[in-house]
Amino acid sequence: MTKPLSKPKRKNPIVRTRLPTVPATTRARYTQGITAAAARGVFALQRCEDCSTIQYPPREACANCLSVRLRWREVDGAGELIARTTIRYGFELYFRERAPWPTGIVKLDCGPNVIVGLHQDCAPPPARVRVIAALDKGGQTILIAIPEKDTPSMEDDPILRETTSDPKFRKVLVTDAKSAVGAAVVEALIGAGADYVWAGVAEPWKVSRHLERIRQLPQVTVVPLDVTEETSVRKLAGNIGGKVDILINTAEYHRVENLAHSQGAETARAEMETNYFGLLRLAQWFGPALRSRAADGQSSATAWVNILSIYALSNFPAHSTFSASKAAAYSLSQSLRAAMQPSGIRVINVFPGPIDDEWNQLLLPPKLAPAALAAAVITALKRGIEDVYPGDVAQEWLARFLDNPKALERELAG
Amino acid sequence: MSGGRRGYDDVVLAAPVTIPYVRFSVRSAHWFLARTLAELIKAAGIRKADIDGMAVSSFSLAPDTAVGFTQHVGLGLRWLEHMPMGGASAILQLRRAARAVESGDANIVACIGGDTNHVDSFRQGVANFSQFARDAVYPYGAGGPNGSFAFLTDYIMRKDNVEPADFGKLCVAQRANASSNPYALLRKPLTLEDYLGSRMIADPIRLFDCVMPCAGADGFLVTRRSIAEKLGLPKVSLLATIERHNAFPDDPIQIRGGWAQDVNELYEQAGCGPGDMDFLQAYDDYPVIVMMQMEDLGFCRKGEAAEFVRRNTFTIDGSLPLNTSGGQLSMGQAGAAGGHLGVVEAIRQLIGQPLTRQIPDTRRGLVSGFGMINYDRGLCTGAAILGNDA
Repeated sequence: MTKPLSKPKRKNPIVRTRLPTVPATTRARYTQGITAAAARGVFALQRCEDCSTIQYPPREACANCLSVRLRWREVDGAGELIARTTIRYGFELYFRERAPWPTGIVKLDCGPNVIVGLHQDCAPPPARVRVIAALDKGGQTILIAIPEKDTPSMEDDPILRETTSDPKFRKVLVTDAKSAVGAAVVEALIGAGADYVWAGVAEPWKVSRHLERIRQLPQVTVVPLDVTEETSVRKLAGNIGGKVDILINTAEYHRVENLAHSQGAETARAEMETNYFGLLRLAQWFGPALRSRAADGQSSATAWVNILSIYALSNFPAHSTFSASKAAAYSLSQSLRAAMQPSGIRVINVFPGPIDDEWNQLLLPPKLAPAALAAAVITALKRGIEDVYPGDVAQEWLARFLDNPKALERELAG
Repeated sequence: MSGGRRGYDDVVLAAPVTIPYVRFSVRSAHWFLARTLAELIKAAGIRKADIDGMAVSSFSLAPDTAVGFTQHVGLGLRWLEHMPMGGASAILQLRRAARAVESGDANIVACIGGDTNHVDSFRQGVANFSQFARDAVYPYGAGGPNGSFAFLTDYIMRKDNVEPADFGKLCVAQRANASSNPYALLRKPLTLEDYLGSRMIADPIRLFDCVMPCAGADGFLVTRRSIAEKLGLPKVSLLATIERHNAFPDDPIQIRGGWAQDVNELYEQAGCGPGDMDFLQAYDDYPVIVMMQMEDLGFCRKGEAAEFVRRNTFTIDGSLPLNTSGGQLSMGQAGAAGGHLGVVEAIRQLIGQPLTRQIPDTRRGLVSGFGMINYDRGLCTGAAILGNDA
């Protein structure tokens, strides 16, 4: 049974920090459907539209009927572990450094055989298991067999932890803790066992009931951070950058601007200053430090979370400039993801629908409660999900976007 | 469809050559293959221009294939085959070459296989072995073939109650066979205690279950009987052959190879049975596969290889001599030459020019090839029965 993690000892400052390595990332383009699904926490395989055969490994044509009409469909990961091994000498540095690496072959009930990473709580073969798809440190999908029934502390299994960013015993910077969302995220992190939370606060003279709620928590340290000021970001990065394991960018500027009824660029500029340039400054000053500590033992640096907006996918004209700033941030986050990939730092983008806060006063429900958004962030960290669409509105917009982005654009125009 | 296979009455194999194996080489595959050709020409006493057909197997020849190699060594040919099927390549080469010389499309075909081995080239080969391997095997611990064969070994040990000592016995016997082979990279005597005490690489695969990657090459000639006689070449007959690819795709794990599908026709074509074989040159990139070949090629029943192993010695002077040059487990695995090693050793034994010791009274024997773990199993199998030409 998996031994629960214990609080790590203070790091010996003389010991060299292990440099990050990642597994091989080369995959055929036609395999990427599995990653598109795994990024959302879904296990999908190709299913033949003509004969219904489920395929694995991913391929270009059905191995049963030669149809090229293969579509990615969510599948049930139930199956039987039929053989296992423990790789003690891998050919890649990443695996050598993490050996022994248990692997197995699972015969899925839905058809194919899959080679999997093996959770240590799986019974010896033959044994019933569940197969999940997860993103490895290189950002590519690996399949992992987990026990048929949950076991205590199963999330602390070494292979699972290579695919997740559990906040337990980790140190987290929340870039704006003064907002409803920021404070909710801080509370959720502490609930998830975070060791230390730096609560970023810009304009400290402004009273915030949200900040007052969390300020007294023993794990929380309030730090000055104004993402619109380069000096402020640089100074904080100099102080704590080398200790941050997870950065959650909650800083957001949101005004209700409709292009049809507004004049001047001041609001739009302010939104960009926080939502886009803020992210840029954080990426420039905190990114390198996180990257360098990406393989630093049990509590390594592990993840970067951006709270974006579902409006980043397609502009919501009632909040036109806000949507544009989030689209810009989304674009930059993809570049950040590329920069982080060689180190294994996971960049998680969260695309909420309207949050139940003052700036969405005039929108009809359902609106996403800050606590629900915070819970989705924690789930994403614990499960290693890369793209998060929390709440019913986000899910619906995503479905409409994936179905037909042009139709969504027209629908949003009203 | 079965039966009705035409024989190879007019076909012979001759001139077995080996380019000495080395652990690492700064040379390219072209160097090893060119030397193989030169040795073949010398051994057969022919001119370079007399070779009018060639079949080539090599992983490290890339980006060249067989055709690029013809220009590299200045060979003009009327028949050419590139055979990228790993440990099954030698059998597949000789099958095609046999039909080519029989029909007159070629007179003398050089069948060669070889690879170089630079430091780190094995890792690169494993990482990019196949598309399925790259997408769905290598990301799981990057164990290469050790990991893949560990699954089969794990499964079969449980299914058939095979003990580690059963695998060990094969490794120990092959090492004993290698003891006087000047080409074997591993000649230090191996005991069962050494085997059982060796470290785990990918459980239950131990160090001594693994072949050592190296550089080297092997080759032989396929020609018509009349030509070999005119040249005065010691030669062997080709009695029967089979090949099969991607057999039994519905087996959840590889418990049998394609041999099992074709074995009856193999012996039917040869006019004899497994009990008539004076030796077995089996593909030994992991002992579990040797045992699978013993079952699938009819030496014992399915699931009873362990019992069969316990009953035989597999040494040159004992019962069912196995991999009498030491096999890849003692010679080393020179990439695609791994499949040729068994064929050249079989020819050597049958013409009475062994590298090591002669198997007494040997008249015919079986050579088997196995190749290409594309995803979860080896896809290519082949086998040939060779007979002495007395």
